[in-house]
Amino acid sequence: MADRKYSEDHEWVEVEGETGMIGISDYAQEQLGDVVFVELPDVGKMLDRGDEAAVVESVKAAAEVYAPVGGEVIEVNDALNGDPSLVNTDAFGDGWFAKLRLTDPAELDELMDEAAYKTFCEGLD
Amino acid sequence: MASVPDTEVRKTPLYDLHTSLGARMVPFAGYAMPVQYPAGIIAEHNATRGAAGLFDVSHMGQAILRGEDPAASFERLVPGDISGLTTGRMRYTLLLNDAGGIRDDLMVTRIEENGVPALFLVVNAACKDADFAHISAQLASDVELQILGDSALLALQGPKAEAALGELAPECRELVFMQGAEMTVNGAPAYVTRSGYTGEDGFEISLPNDAVAGLAQRLLDHPDVMPVGLGARDSLRLEAGLCLYGHDIDETTSPIEAGLAWAVGKRRRETADFPGAETILRHLNEGPDRKRVGIRPDGRAPVREGAEIRDGGGGQVGVITSGGFGPTIGGPVAMGYVDSAAAVAGTTLNIELRGRTVAAKVADLPFVPANYKRAS
Repeated sequence: MADRKYSEDHEWVEVEGETGMIGISDYAQEQLGDVVFVELPDVGKMLDRGDEAAVVESVKAAAEVYAPVGGEVIEVNDALNGDPSLVNTDAFGDGWFAKLRLTDPAELDELMDEAAYKTFCEGLD
Repeated sequence: MASVPDTEVRKTPLYDLHTSLGARMVPFAGYAMPVQYPAGIIAEHNATRGAAGLFDVSHMGQAILRGEDPAASFERLVPGDISGLTTGRMRYTLLLNDAGGIRDDLMVTRIEENGVPALFLVVNAACKDADFAHISAQLASDVELQILGDSALLALQGPKAEAALGELAPECRELVFMQGAEMTVNGAPAYVTRSGYTGEDGFEISLPNDAVAGLAQRLLDHPDVMPVGLGARDSLRLEAGLCLYGHDIDETTSPIEAGLAWAVGKRRRETADFPGAETILRHLNEGPDRKRVGIRPDGRAPVREGAEIRDGGGGQVGVITSGGFGPTIGGPVAMGYVDSAAAVAGTTLNIELRGRTVAAKVADLPFVPANYKRAS
């Protein structure tokens, strides 16, 4: 996906116009294991880049998810309340967390593209 | 997870098997241990509740106490009725400190070697060096502790455990809960107990290091047996209401506070000759100020160890000592200590979770009923 960017904390953002959809990467969900709960941000909340945007609870532990870019939360993925395992089964699709109205699209330049992120993950194993 | 050089982490004899099965290995109590296999913690948990799970617990400490009346000597350290054990019977007991706190919890089985009584001990991995040093230092001079450095330990747990192990060692079917016997398993000399840490029927099998990989593979070849890691071991024991040492019990908790009064033998209550007896018997007679309870948080968010427990007025009445998601329950479950006044099933409490408050209820333990094979 050409317009999906990644952070070193394994969040992704997919941009369409002024809106960025965020989630965690397949690598991250794999590391976390079975996701049993996702605490999503409130709609209307302003997030700076790096702010805690969500908390993912796996069977074993809780993990913070940071906003890869800043913005106002305009929508959250309510489907995760009913089925948190969507994060495991479709991290880049139905397992999305929230949509942000981007504060500063230039922040996207700080993130990795698909190829750079793939290389980054390979370096972690 | 920080990577740790091989030299600092010990391996059990099943390390290569774990990695060949695709396990995610983590450092635990000084060992590289599987936290989960590719199926994942929930699948492993459900396999153990529904069929059979195989656990490598070779990191735990195993030892034999021999000599002149080892049970009497060992009773100086624990509150259990060890002298009352007949051959092949096992008991859960506690190494105590002089304040009545718990140094470790362990399983002790009375065995017989050439007609001479001895005790077989299994202690927690993280405590084993300290436990064995403590036991050795406190024993009578005519009793000796032999640490079994060449023995591995497997746990096979679940409703299909008997059928699976029974194909390799038919005598295992004769055992009932908390009973053990020597038997040949897959050609190797083993000591098998009907016990475990999941709330399910099952066995723990102690056998030589060089025989354990062969047995593990034979068991895994059985269609009902799945390998299970430390992650599901924790969720299973939590649902079963079983204490994890260093979390739900430690040197600051008495057996009575921990809800383990049943581990203080009837005879021992009268003789009062175990470490911390004064404190423990006072807790038993007057009731402790705090008690370990089960906790069911509302909603889906798990509450974790360390979370503060508050009453309706906002005052702290306790703390969570174990918490997570219970796959069989299908929701969050936890255990913790609360003031005795709040330790009544059904009491509504509040748990602090990331700056929010989650309502919870005190619940009876275990969360999932035990499925042990008792004597009929």
